[in-house]
Amino acid sequence: MIRTRALARSFRSGKHTVEAVRGVDLDVAEGELVALLGPNGAGKTTLLRMLTTLLPPTAGAATVAGYDVRTDAARVRARIGVVGQGHGLGESQRARDELLTQARLYGVGRREARARADELLEMLELTGVADRGTPSLSGGQKRRLDIALGLVHRPRMLFLDEPSTGLDPQSRANLWGHVARLRAEHGTTVLVTTHYLDEADGHAERAVVVDHGTVIADGTPDALKGQVPGDRVTLDDVFLNLTGRSLREGE
Amino acid sequence: MSAATTERNTQDPGAVRPSAVRDVLAVWNRQARPLVRNPLAVVFGMAQPLLYLALFAPLLTGLGGPEGQDPWQWFVPGLLVMLALFTCGFAGFGLLPEIASGAHERMLATPASRTSLLLGRVVQDVALMLVQSVLVLLLVLPLGFRAPLPETVLGLALLAVLGAVLATLSYVVALATRQTYVFAPVLQTVVMPLMLLSGVLLPMDLAPGWLYTLSRLNPLAHVVDAERALFAGQWGTDVAVGWVVALVLLVLSLVLGARMMRRGAS
Repeated sequence: MIRTRALARSFRSGKHTVEAVRGVDLDVAEGELVALLGPNGAGKTTLLRMLTTLLPPTAGAATVAGYDVRTDAARVRARIGVVGQGHGLGESQRARDELLTQARLYGVGRREARARADELLEMLELTGVADRGTPSLSGGQKRRLDIALGLVHRPRMLFLDEPSTGLDPQSRANLWGHVARLRAEHGTTVLVTTHYLDEADGHAERAVVVDHGTVIADGTPDALKGQVPGDRVTLDDVFLNLTGRSLREGE
Repeated sequence: MSAATTERNTQDPGAVRPSAVRDVLAVWNRQARPLVRNPLAVVFGMAQPLLYLALFAPLLTGLGGPEGQDPWQWFVPGLLVMLALFTCGFAGFGLLPEIASGAHERMLATPASRTSLLLGRVVQDVALMLVQSVLVLLLVLPLGFRAPLPETVLGLALLAVLGAVLATLSYVVALATRQTYVFAPVLQTVVMPLMLLSGVLLPMDLAPGWLYTLSRLNPLAHVVDAERALFAGQWGTDVAVGWVVALVLLVLSLVLGARMMRRGAS
């Protein structure tokens, strides 16, 4: 579903060049749930934005859903769902209306768009707030609506950028429940960035640890933890072992 | 285009025929919805031009030229241009929160063409401005304002072209500045001289030579002249010049706007 080779992106700020992502090789098979893990500034979001065609790479290659992100961006976009870091909701829009517009932008027919909006509102427990303005939704509701927006066209691949940041533990658990259901029922491939280690540990089959723009570890959470001696090893210990720093630093 | 070609193919859920019209309509629909639900907002957006109409235009009565003899007939065509300047020129303010929240990027991530995403917004801004213009005309007709139908239609069409230019450029500035605290002062710095040098408020014939020359460099001044000529029933050079200026600007601004949008969120 995803294949990158030596994917890189640098930003120029004044005289300095910041290499946000430097040479990432990543393969994600259909149906996988992969957590992209790393401290703030590790390059997770930059990597995600390249894979979702929002940012052109400066070097290397990436194909997503069978198409090159650089030369076939529109085909990639049509086949993936993208849920960004912020709430991507219009301030003067109602929940259902945003879903309808989004579905139209993905080329879903009018009648199907209405059915799909109702289906997603139901699935993500938003039916009661469907006709309310988005600013009046709770944090958890907004996030679930963001996810619904990413699913209007039934993508086979879903990208989630820090989906649970700012949510209380109950909303976080609820959100992961929805992601699990999506995979069980539709076999959707999911790539999620997070800096909540317990989430990656508990929900992902595979953790890809990123630091300074490169992949420094890749495996099942258990396999990664197996590399570190000791009992009750956490993914933070794995990161500490690899880099000498704690993932929680600077939080 | 038949409905079948725009709907999705069930074999490959990603294989959707691109349709610029569908995308523009979807965005227009989205932008129009809050105003359809709350039509009073249309009137609130006109506050500034209406205040000029009520509290400034009567001052012209004391002046000697055509503006003094028939203040409404002289002032209202310019007021319509002012309306375009405020409604469409400030359109970027609507995009800024969506850039900040990620809603803009969410739409950039869809297969809809970026030019369509821009045009959908511009179409709504122009439509709103035209509704406001018609309201102004309905307001001044009982006061003796003369608006013959062919001239009025051509005048509103010219206004729509100007509005599309101003809205597009406003979005270009919003996309370039991205932050309200940068956008607002940049816009004010551009809008105020554009208005003062357009001859909307007072005839530029009253200006000293250097100021008059400056006003001739202001494209808005030529549109104001064209609108005044039209509503006075004079088909001539002024009308032609106004149209040429507006259409050239339209092409330039759309090319620039499409490029800005394609640059995307990077």
